[in-house]
Amino acid sequence: MNSTAAIVEARNPTDWQGDAMQKRIRKRYSAERRFKALGLGAIMLSAGFLAFLLIVMVGNGLRGFTQTELPVEIDFPAMTGGASASQFEGANGKANLRTLGVRDIVNASVEIQYGEKGRELFSAGGWQAVSTAIMSDPDVIETKTTLYLPVESEIDVAYKGDGNAFAEKKVAELGDKLSTGFNSNFLFNSDATDPMQVGIWGALKGSLITMFITLMIAFPIGVLSALYLEEYAPKNRYTDLIEVSINNLAAVPSIIFGLLGLAVFLNLFGLPRSAALVGGLTLALMTMPVIVISGRNAVKAVPPSIREAALGIGASQMQVVFHHVLPLALPGILTGTIIGMARALGETAPLLMIGMRAFIATPPGGIVEPSTVLPVQIFLWSDEVNRGFVEKTSAAIIVLLLFLLTMNALAIYLRNRFETRW
Amino acid sequence: MTDLVDSASTSESSTMTESTVPAISAGDGPLKMTTRNVDVFYGEKQAINGVSIDVTMDNVTAFIGPSGCGKSTFLRCLNRMNDTIPIAKVTGDITLEGEDIYAPKMDVVQLRARVGMVFQKPNPFPKSIYDNIAYGPRIHGLATSKDELDNIVETSLQRAGLWGEVQDRLQDSGTALSGGQQQRLCIARAIAVDPEVILMDEPCSALDPIATAKIEELIHELRGKYAIVIVTHNMQQAARVSQRTAFFHLGTLVEYGVTSDIFTNPTQEKTRDYITGRYG
Repeated sequence: MNSTAAIVEARNPTDWQGDAMQKRIRKRYSAERRFKALGLGAIMLSAGFLAFLLIVMVGNGLRGFTQTELPVEIDFPAMTGGASASQFEGANGKANLRTLGVRDIVNASVEIQYGEKGRELFSAGGWQAVSTAIMSDPDVIETKTTLYLPVESEIDVAYKGDGNAFAEKKVAELGDKLSTGFNSNFLFNSDATDPMQVGIWGALKGSLITMFITLMIAFPIGVLSALYLEEYAPKNRYTDLIEVSINNLAAVPSIIFGLLGLAVFLNLFGLPRSAALVGGLTLALMTMPVIVISGRNAVKAVPPSIREAALGIGASQMQVVFHHVLPLALPGILTGTIIGMARALGETAPLLMIGMRAFIATPPGGIVEPSTVLPVQIFLWSDEVNRGFVEKTSAAIIVLLLFLLTMNALAIYLRNRFETRW
Repeated sequence: MTDLVDSASTSESSTMTESTVPAISAGDGPLKMTTRNVDVFYGEKQAINGVSIDVTMDNVTAFIGPSGCGKSTFLRCLNRMNDTIPIAKVTGDITLEGEDIYAPKMDVVQLRARVGMVFQKPNPFPKSIYDNIAYGPRIHGLATSKDELDNIVETSLQRAGLWGEVQDRLQDSGTALSGGQQQRLCIARAIAVDPEVILMDEPCSALDPIATAKIEELIHELRGKYAIVIVTHNMQQAARVSQRTAFFHLGTLVEYGVTSDIFTNPTQEKTRDYITGRYG
């Protein structure tokens, strides 16, 4: 007892005001400030990169949604020899339009206004805009009307401020006649050789179909696997092996799934090349492990007390799973599915292996028809020599990002809906 | 201490089990469940060693004992909740109304509807109060119409003493209730499927004294309608709510008898030590 008292007595009170202590405190505070500054710096840097990326993409990409146009006056009554509007209405309208020879009419009108070489000013497929105009409003065929047609790609680029010397000269010559209009081709056309005529619709539709197939296959199989592994499977060496394999599958480079798809779906099953079906199946293989892993974690996070409660009043295993575990795990499963689907949507490499890099000039009409997807289309356009494709590539990236945002927003909406459902 | 354990598991347990079973006497009501020589193993480890107990209709049976003595494990054998633990193995005979509940032809789902359970922590489903109660009758098809289901929900809540507090907000979430109300909701949920036996695994351990008093009162009222088995480590609670008490120690049944006898005049030294607070 005495000795303890002596030790207590001998101990000096801490000198909080001493130099050494004050220095230590200052050092601690500066370390704190340094760490905070570093963290803030890291955030600023990543935000800066993101902002830079978005500004460049949007800046370049928005020009892809516009086109440079020249006015062409077409005297339809004189050119067609008095065709009537009624010919182009109804079922036979398209066939009649084909026999009319719109292309020649447009070319003739262009030559009248812009001279012998006038045709070179215009995009080769520009006359199609006239066909579209007639189809949407047949009455123009009975009048003398002025239509704005897209110019040739180099002039378009030059007018937008990035062209070569020759095109710049042309732009200067044309001067006020040039104007900027909305490029509806870009939204409704598919791939083409002329950048003025390319469109994203084919790739967008291909992506939609592919994603649908991926979701339809990967989601149910992934969720059922996760539920079985967590709720039914015994915990032994075999299930451990399966778990390790699934974790490894999620980390396998995507191009290997492409090879697998090539070997299994194309060579073994003989499915058609370039088809959205094969693309969807291949991406489903890639997405499934992600859904299984996140699904298992979500199922694991459901409190065991809920299972016990349901079992305790005589629910069968399946009733426990479908009435209680799955609804509670669904938000988590959906989060994993979003991540997996977002990755699948942006995937290019495996699709190259199964032939989806082909030049597809018409939107796919079904799951076995040749199609391409947005990231592959971006990849293909980025490879083009023609400078007109630069802005189209950026515009396609904007479409891809918007698609991604829409998909995620939908999934987040669904997740929140299920989370508050009682 | 080791000597004590050894003697308990060898000499005493064999003699004790035989002397405790006939504790059921006339006036106790019909026999509901019997267990004979029940052993439970978790892998290699033996958690329950040769327990024989009878549960009667008219009595509340309490299982007491120090933590880890196997009382909850044994309780969970009575409705085969141990089936959910892959490494658990149960041997011996457990019967409900003379039927062997571990027989291969026994339907576990139906058994759990007949032997309901209330857990240590209140565990209402994250659904409305109404759906919490209606879930059991729905999956067992006990109600043929909406009115009938409404009726089951109302009577179950009334029996659990919760109707007055929740009748205006049946569509509110069950998880929004207070702890005591949640536990009574869980009791109502167990009652709703009209069980024969209700097992309660330390139902008040997560509750404050007022909520505990309400649950105990409820147990009194339910007595006779259902055979009730309650696990508790609160000896005063066992003395208050039960008519039969079983004292478990290290996986063996040390003593089983009329509650007042166990608390005032235990025959085993270990029981006396536990009740007087020498260990546990």
